[in-house]
Amino acid sequence: MDVKALKAAHKLLAEYKYEPAKLKKGYTDKTLYINIGDNRIEAKDVPASMKEKFIGGKGYGLKYLWDATTPETKWNDPENEIVIAGGPLCGITQYPGAGKSLVVTISPMTDIPIDSNVGGYFGPYLKFSGWDALEIQGKAKEDIIIYIDGNNGVIRIDEAPLEAIDGHVVSEELTEMYADSEEDKKNISVISAGTAANHANIGLLNFSFYDIRRRVARLKQAGRGGIGRVLRDKKIKAIVIKFKGTKGDLNKPANQSLINKAGIKLHKQIHDYDDVQCRMRQIGTANIIEVMDEYDLLPTHNYQYGNHPDTHKIASNVFVEKYITQGMPDGCWFGCSLSCAKAADNFELKTGSYKGHKVTIDGPEYENAAGLGSNCGIFDPEMILEANFYCDTYGVDTISFGTICAFAMECYERGIINKEITGGLELKFGNAIAQLELLHQMSRGEGFGALIGLGVKQLKRIFVEEHGADPDFLNDIGMEQKGLEVSEYLPKESLAQQGGYGLTNKGPQHDEAWLIFMDMVNNQIPTFEDKAEALHYFPMFRTWFGLMGLCKLPWNDTSPPDNHLTDEPAKMPEHVQHYVNIYNGVTGSNIDKDELILQSERIYNFQRIFNIRRGKGLRKHDAMPYRAIGPVTFEEYESRKERYDQQLKDLLDYNPEGKTTEEKIKIMREYRLNQYELLTDAVYKRRGWTPNGVPTIEHLSKIGMELPELVEVVKNHI
Amino acid sequence: MKILVKNDDLCIGCGACEEVCSTAYFKENNIEKSCIQVEKGEDNKINVCNQCGVCIDICPVMVIGRNKSGVVRINKRDCVGCFMCVGFCPELSMRQHDDYIEPFKCVACGLCARKCPTAAIAIEDVEKEGKEKL
Repeated sequence: MDVKALKAAHKLLAEYKYEPAKLKKGYTDKTLYINIGDNRIEAKDVPASMKEKFIGGKGYGLKYLWDATTPETKWNDPENEIVIAGGPLCGITQYPGAGKSLVVTISPMTDIPIDSNVGGYFGPYLKFSGWDALEIQGKAKEDIIIYIDGNNGVIRIDEAPLEAIDGHVVSEELTEMYADSEEDKKNISVISAGTAANHANIGLLNFSFYDIRRRVARLKQAGRGGIGRVLRDKKIKAIVIKFKGTKGDLNKPANQSLINKAGIKLHKQIHDYDDVQCRMRQIGTANIIEVMDEYDLLPTHNYQYGNHPDTHKIASNVFVEKYITQGMPDGCWFGCSLSCAKAADNFELKTGSYKGHKVTIDGPEYENAAGLGSNCGIFDPEMILEANFYCDTYGVDTISFGTICAFAMECYERGIINKEITGGLELKFGNAIAQLELLHQMSRGEGFGALIGLGVKQLKRIFVEEHGADPDFLNDIGMEQKGLEVSEYLPKESLAQQGGYGLTNKGPQHDEAWLIFMDMVNNQIPTFEDKAEALHYFPMFRTWFGLMGLCKLPWNDTSPPDNHLTDEPAKMPEHVQHYVNIYNGVTGSNIDKDELILQSERIYNFQRIFNIRRGKGLRKHDAMPYRAIGPVTFEEYESRKERYDQQLKDLLDYNPEGKTTEEKIKIMREYRLNQYELLTDAVYKRRGWTPNGVPTIEHLSKIGMELPELVEVVKNHI
Repeated sequence: MKILVKNDDLCIGCGACEEVCSTAYFKENNIEKSCIQVEKGEDNKINVCNQCGVCIDICPVMVIGRNKSGVVRINKRDCVGCFMCVGFCPELSMRQHDDYIEPFKCVACGLCARKCPTAAIAIEDVEKEGKEKL
């Protein structure tokens, strides 16, 4: 690759010089605003009131997005922003999982704010370069690259006509271009999307980190909600940051000792127990593929079923033994000893624009194996790896793509769509080549693949309007809510997880609450009140990671050996205390575990009201497709007939003997939908919301968020 | 390679090794800043790096390596202070002290061996596989 030629074609549009602000107790209190419409680059001071209420990370992102947009702003309006922010803990190196960036924008999928949590080195380097957040607004006329040199205090906007758009190529090109030497490459991080994000609303962002052992730029993804589409709509090819000189105390913490103690304790625990617990260092999140299958929770054939006889072909050990290397180490930020990232090295591609290339593939994560694999009836590990690679480099959200593809495959198998509509693709479950072809089409913006890139919500409309499909049936089996596709867990038999998906701010993504084991397997939250408490606590607790710049995995994918003896094992009390300690250690505050929840509650309610401000965020928007709640079809009921018949007897006092399956489905449906409504009532009450899902003014006052702009929105709904 | 070998049975727990180590490297007589540390009691247990090198592969920035003598050394200038090597040391002999943002370890310099009144510790040149000796 001749990066000199690429660079020579750059045309400088704007340059800004600054004195990088010094970090103090986790903050610089400066944020960077870049308007690429008029090439304006400005520094902003963070007011104390904003810091107090919005904390950082996703809190800052949502606050800036609120201020920058109106209730009518569409995702592709120039005023829509992409905001990237770490948080006060982002960039510490002693505690695992502390290098995350939180990205926020108005989503092309949901028309409300989306937030996505992503690894790679960008977030820490942004902070070390003097900025607590980066706001990007406006639209460029031609493709541009934004470059931030955090050591010399220079920011450039360049027109960049020649660089590639696909994530793995442009990340390599720009790492090469901006590094002074091989050794310098670890000081570069690149944000990019991919060619599919030129067209597909499910476009994602890739954040790079340079792997010094494999000598390749690895990619982590801000996957959900189409942020990559927004990046490409703004004609941004990449955002590059360079910062040299990372040390363990650049956050200038108030009390380094508290952080050291927590971090070393966790490193030691991971060293001692990970091999017999989650094996995150061996295989990462993919360790649960076979576990999900065993518990009947692995989404299969568009969430109709929860297991499959062929799952052993894509079990975690298959990837460990045949394809991937890991543990070199594979943290996506320095100091992450959980090291869940992994790579298939020298993988030769069989299809598409890079056919024959030998590439490094990050993954598969559990979600990729389940979404691209089992949910589409595909149990070929090489095809899953290949689809994983193309999703990343084309800039496609694997979760949405998997779920959309599964939906289209079910529609095809049921005759709702046919070959004429798919452009000749035989879109049956298990057809991996067809699935890959959809990706290649999406990257070119052509054919049925381009339609797939619009998402399940749009596909339902198209199939109804143009192909005469039954809207009720499609609403039952199309696994999206608020416009976002459901992530890859089968929630049918866990009421709490239905709420974990449905009663969320951004849409059905499991990062707010994953309660299936607590609810269904361990029966720890039997009553509505128990479930409501869990659906209050866990979403709030998990929101906190997004305020800080932290990863969720080191919280509960490794356990202290005596965790089961604690009062509340599901909360991991020792780890919660670590978080309290590292927060206090960095910021010099003196919070406790309750204050931690309060910090999150403020942002959670702010985001809810942001949705309401945009005409969403009410009870009707929290309804879930019935496929998430119970058996839609004859086959689904029959596949679990014994369980369902027994439930009719035990829970409804209904004798299934002599009844047709259709009759039983109807009775079951009424019961389960009612359960979901009762759960919704209990959760809203616990969260301090009206029965319509609106935060009350009393509640806002209680949590210190009675801000005039929020009261203005909610008072119209109370 | 050069390693510090130990014989717990000969150790009398006098602390001379800890004093000379911390004084040499940190200008302070402080056990917590000594690379060699003795758990004193009825049976004294000497804890010190055996140069096994597990930390070399753990380091995310590849700043731990062996020198020509086979001794495992940390390049502190480029260390990012994550302390993963501390948590993953199988001997629990990678050290950390809150006064510093980098870890530290025994470099088999032999100062302590020269001070030891009972010859409980000594510098030996061993083949790599010789570490089983410990």
